[in-house]
Amino acid sequence: MRLQFLLGEIGNGLRRNLSMALSVVIVTMISMYLLGLGLMGQRQVDTMKDYWYDRVQVTVLLCAEKTRYTNCAGEPTTDAQRTAIRAELDALKPTVAEVFYESRDEAFDRFKQTYQNSPLARAGESYFADSYRVNLNDASKFDVVASSIKGMPGAADVQDQKKLLEKFFTFMNTISWAAIALSSLMVLAAVMLISTTIRQTAFSRRRETGIMRLVGASNFTIRFPFVMETVIASVLGASLAMGMLWATVRYGVVGFLSETLTDTAFIGVADVVYVAPFIIGGVVVLASATSWVTLRRYLRV
Amino acid sequence: MILFENVTKTYPKSHRPAVNGVSLEIGRGEFVFVVGTSGSGKSTMLQLIMKEQDATGGRLSVAGRELDRLPDRKVPSLRRQIGCVFQDFRLLPNKTVHQNVAYALQVLGAPRSRIRSTVPEVLDLVGLAGMEKRFPHQLSGGEQQRVAIARAFVNRPPILLADEPTGNLDPGISLEIVQLLDRINRTGTTVVMATHDFATVDAMRKRVIRLDKGVLVGDVEAGDYTTGSIPRIELDDRPIPARVAEPAVADGYDDGAPEPQAAVQGSGR
Repeated sequence: MRLQFLLGEIGNGLRRNLSMALSVVIVTMISMYLLGLGLMGQRQVDTMKDYWYDRVQVTVLLCAEKTRYTNCAGEPTTDAQRTAIRAELDALKPTVAEVFYESRDEAFDRFKQTYQNSPLARAGESYFADSYRVNLNDASKFDVVASSIKGMPGAADVQDQKKLLEKFFTFMNTISWAAIALSSLMVLAAVMLISTTIRQTAFSRRRETGIMRLVGASNFTIRFPFVMETVIASVLGASLAMGMLWATVRYGVVGFLSETLTDTAFIGVADVVYVAPFIIGGVVVLASATSWVTLRRYLRV
Repeated sequence: MILFENVTKTYPKSHRPAVNGVSLEIGRGEFVFVVGTSGSGKSTMLQLIMKEQDATGGRLSVAGRELDRLPDRKVPSLRRQIGCVFQDFRLLPNKTVHQNVAYALQVLGAPRSRIRSTVPEVLDLVGLAGMEKRFPHQLSGGEQQRVAIARAFVNRPPILLADEPTGNLDPGISLEIVQLLDRINRTGTTVVMATHDFATVDAMRKRVIRLDKGVLVGDVEAGDYTTGSIPRIELDDRPIPARVAEPAVADGYDDGAPEPQAAVQGSGR
């Protein structure tokens, strides 16, 4: 009986304060969507790191004719130098996992294939050189390889792909943190809005609550409908946000980015499913805590 | 049932206590009038009984509870022992008579079967049988107060407090309301009624507690009280100074009327 009464009170409250409830829905929706985007960005960075750090290579560029690398002195690498470098790389195992040799022609072919639709494909063969592609067992051990190979005769340069990737990852990280920071501002707005809404509804229903207090209704009975109204509105907002996030990942990332950029890893809808319970749970905690604190101040017994 | 021992209540930022060192006892099943002029502390006394206000000094015990030591979470259980009626009825305008009375049971979680049986019963007791479906605005003042009494009594509290329940009613209707409270009193309910309606007080011949500026100045047993013992209004015969011509003041509306000169001077001050 009491449950039915309380549910009726909640329904009445939401109906009578529809515009307030809607504003709570919208503000929570936007803040949680932003937060979700930020979290997805972080997970995307993690996913890409996992994917790329397994694949990053150290490239030992060899000298070609007339290269600008000072170590080469304009001379191409001789076969003897090549063998020496190869031997040195082999000696670095187990830091070095594998060594592949890629000739200038192979490098040029691979480049043309990768960028076949891009204006970059017009780059001439002279931009390329023979190289050793080195896979490391531990991507952070680049310095070990660099210090032994750099300066060897015939070795033009030692390049670490990880450094290039890190710039990119830092960039993505910054964007996702910006989204999270924005969302925390929105969460603050949501908290204040919930607090104002509660104050407003508590005022508009002061007759009812006054009578409840007079006849000796418990604090729980008086406050529960208010708390539930905000919890329902904000959970609705958070659920809509998760729906929007799901659609963004499903159609924007899985349906578009993954198919366009096939040579990298992307997050999937599973990541949304993973964060959604935490976000919705967090919203429940946030909404009930905010309304309870507000009610303690404005609905004195 | 209700015991005041040297109870004092001083409101914050107030020089004079609203209730000052009041000691009295109201027994189970008594009917007591609390009389006094406006500001004499009648309402404060009732608010202290239901712990709407906390006493600033003394000991107050209601329905077996020491109010100064009663934790907040136990206040609802105290209020379930007390029914309340007010001058302004405090009915919910969007609920019918039946719903208004049922509300008091619903918020306490009463089962539907009990609401169905109790509400008509109590409406019958207060003389409103057949008006269940009316809304408050369709009722006269006396009828509205009967609804309020029904709501206060539907949970059968051992104490009923009435703060000027006849303040908004005609003398004839007032007497009916007090007679209704008397009927409720005869069911064993302790009734405390604050009023300055002396005609009813005289007619009822009950115990009368008289307050003046927060001090208990009289506690007269049933039947011994007549209005004559109440101090009459002291006439203020000081002459009222003649009205001085006041400067016209801007009314703040931009209605095209010329702004008086005084307003311009006033804003410059």
